[in-house]
Amino acid sequence: MPLLNTLPDYVLTTKTDELLNWMRKSSIWYMLFGLACCAIELMHTGGPRADLDRFGAVPRASARQSDLMIVAGTLTLKMALRTRLLYDQMPDPKYAIAMGSCASCGGLFQLAYSVCDGVDKILPVDVYVPGCPPRPEALTEGLLKLQEKIMTERWLVRSPNAKQVAAA
Amino acid sequence: MSTLRTEEMTLNMGPQHPSTHGVLRFVVRADGEVMREAIPDVGYLHRSIEKIAEKVGYRGFMPYTDRVDYVCAMFTNQGWGMACEKLAGIEVPRRGEYCRVIATEFNRIASHLLSVGAMAMDIGAMTPFAHVIREREMINDLIEELCGARLTFNYMRIGGVAWDLPPGWREKALAYLDHFNPILEEYNALISWNKIYVERLANVGVITAADAINYNLVGPNLRASGIKWDIRKDIPYSVYPEFEFEVPVGNGQWGKLGDSMDRYVVRIREMAESSKILRQALEKIPPGAVLAKVVRNFKPPAGECQIRVESARGDMGWYLVSDGSGYPWRVHVRTGSFAAMGIIQKLSAGLMIADLVTLIASLDVIAPEIDR
Amino acid sequence: MEALQIIERVKSRFGDSVLEISDKKPDPFAVIDPKAIVEVGRFMNEDPELAMDCLSNESGVDYKDRIEVVYHLFSYQHRHGAVLKVKLPRDNPSVATLEGVWKSANWMEREIFDLLGVNFEGHSDLRRILMPEDWIGHPLRKDFVEPAEYHGISTVRESPIVRLDTKKK
Repeated sequence: MPLLNTLPDYVLTTKTDELLNWMRKSSIWYMLFGLACCAIELMHTGGPRADLDRFGAVPRASARQSDLMIVAGTLTLKMALRTRLLYDQMPDPKYAIAMGSCASCGGLFQLAYSVCDGVDKILPVDVYVPGCPPRPEALTEGLLKLQEKIMTERWLVRSPNAKQVAAA
Repeated sequence: MSTLRTEEMTLNMGPQHPSTHGVLRFVVRADGEVMREAIPDVGYLHRSIEKIAEKVGYRGFMPYTDRVDYVCAMFTNQGWGMACEKLAGIEVPRRGEYCRVIATEFNRIASHLLSVGAMAMDIGAMTPFAHVIREREMINDLIEELCGARLTFNYMRIGGVAWDLPPGWREKALAYLDHFNPILEEYNALISWNKIYVERLANVGVITAADAINYNLVGPNLRASGIKWDIRKDIPYSVYPEFEFEVPVGNGQWGKLGDSMDRYVVRIREMAESSKILRQALEKIPPGAVLAKVVRNFKPPAGECQIRVESARGDMGWYLVSDGSGYPWRVHVRTGSFAAMGIIQKLSAGLMIADLVTLIASLDVIAPEIDR
Repeated sequence: MEALQIIERVKSRFGDSVLEISDKKPDPFAVIDPKAIVEVGRFMNEDPELAMDCLSNESGVDYKDRIEVVYHLFSYQHRHGAVLKVKLPRDNPSVATLEGVWKSANWMEREIFDLLGVNFEGHSDLRRILMPEDWIGHPLRKDFVEPAEYHGISTVRESPIVRLDTKKK
């Protein structure tokens, strides 16, 4: 896009950036990627009591329709290749939350021969939510942290690494 | 029309799918909508729990047993505890046994709720799932007060349970049961007689009694095919002989005996039976200790043993081989879902692709039980 | 019938195929000759006194000098069970499949093949079930060495806390 990261740092452009970010953070659609025990807590978080829908986050089954991938559960080596494929299928801009200790670092299965220690070995993770499994409140806080991260992104305004972005 | 040339498609129902049964993959050979064969491909959640047992020791293995089947984690805890106790000859105090029964029966209700709600969601009805999550949240509150965790409990120890019932918990539990029984009726009225639900479940995936035994199906899957077998009544363990309860068996009133509707009805009835057991246990619980005295570095004598526990998904067999040291030599868990996957390939011929989803949901398979 | 009575009945029929009977507590077992396991299994399934209609559990155990396959049989009619074992050498362990007698053996034998490397002759579909298809090695063996990486993902643990696997027993 010729407009991306090219404009100077005026109040109009930064406020437009904030408006765009606010629109995007208020409707993050997450992909149902529940692998193991954290999947049950993910379902509870989308359930009636700790509701993710009030933040605009609805579950989608297909990777092509979602912008957030909540990796909930242990990632085995057999599943890791498919996970990379699914992450590549998501359209940009995309985010990933590593939910639970198995997705963050391997969790209590670090002694296992068939477990990939952490999902950040195959895809870039934005927010790590610790817990085994994390409570719905913890996952909601993870989503709120991701929303804070989204608000700091710069689309129109020339960001500090604008030259690299323009060259890419 | 009959001379139209058709070809067989090979479809992939991949490891990621919008169902709650976990990461399973099916390679489906279909002729249009009708399947020729659905070959299951498992192993996407193989976390090598059995090998880890050899590294962490007897006491350290208890949290790992939660992850073998996280929806009914109390049963796996109990299974591991019972296997070690049988090998070492430890006797659990009576109050500890009552606490175990109370915890496991609450977990059975929670597991069946999730299974029935997920079955409805797989068919397309979204409302029962939200109701189920609401009920499960209330049970989770109770269990969280009991042992501190909502999903992977680690509540039981070798020789009993870790903590006694907190003060005031009995009254809260009885109040929950008073709230739950009418909710079960409401749930029944919501979907059990719904024509669409019955049409999608009746006569789908019929498993005869002989097949069920030969393929080693257990639990509600076996009982739905007409066989009255429940470990709690037939090879009694713990304090189950002191309670009065029925064992619901499928009777083929909606379709053929052993179809998916029978499996669903058996689960609903089992929830009602579990609440009966809970009421009796909460009335009759004796005072005393809840944990037997077991040495800190627990070393059972060399030998092997097998025990069977009636979990929500069927009878779970734990086979433990010990060499006399503080680390188990071999632990093998034979779960109901592993056997249920073995029968899907045979049943899938002639079903439609949508019926495959119903079949998996009615067999109540869950991925960590298959892969461990 | 008690487990030992069941084993005595099998021994009276198959004399020399029953290599050893152990009456250790809590579960007594019988060791069967690997070449005769299918006949013994079929007899136990079809005999009306025993009527073992269910293979409840089949697991493999790796000892230092041999690999054992343990069968837990159960009868729903008579409510009794028995344990049979087969002892196999560690290099090239091979035994006939019991899939023709009990269909539940299909997946359980695939798991034992995958994790321990036991070859089941006559099995209809012997391939890996839990590990990926291109995995090398049989993980549940005591001398299994983990590969350093799999398809570019390294399996080295960076966490300094986890050192349990090097603890001396």
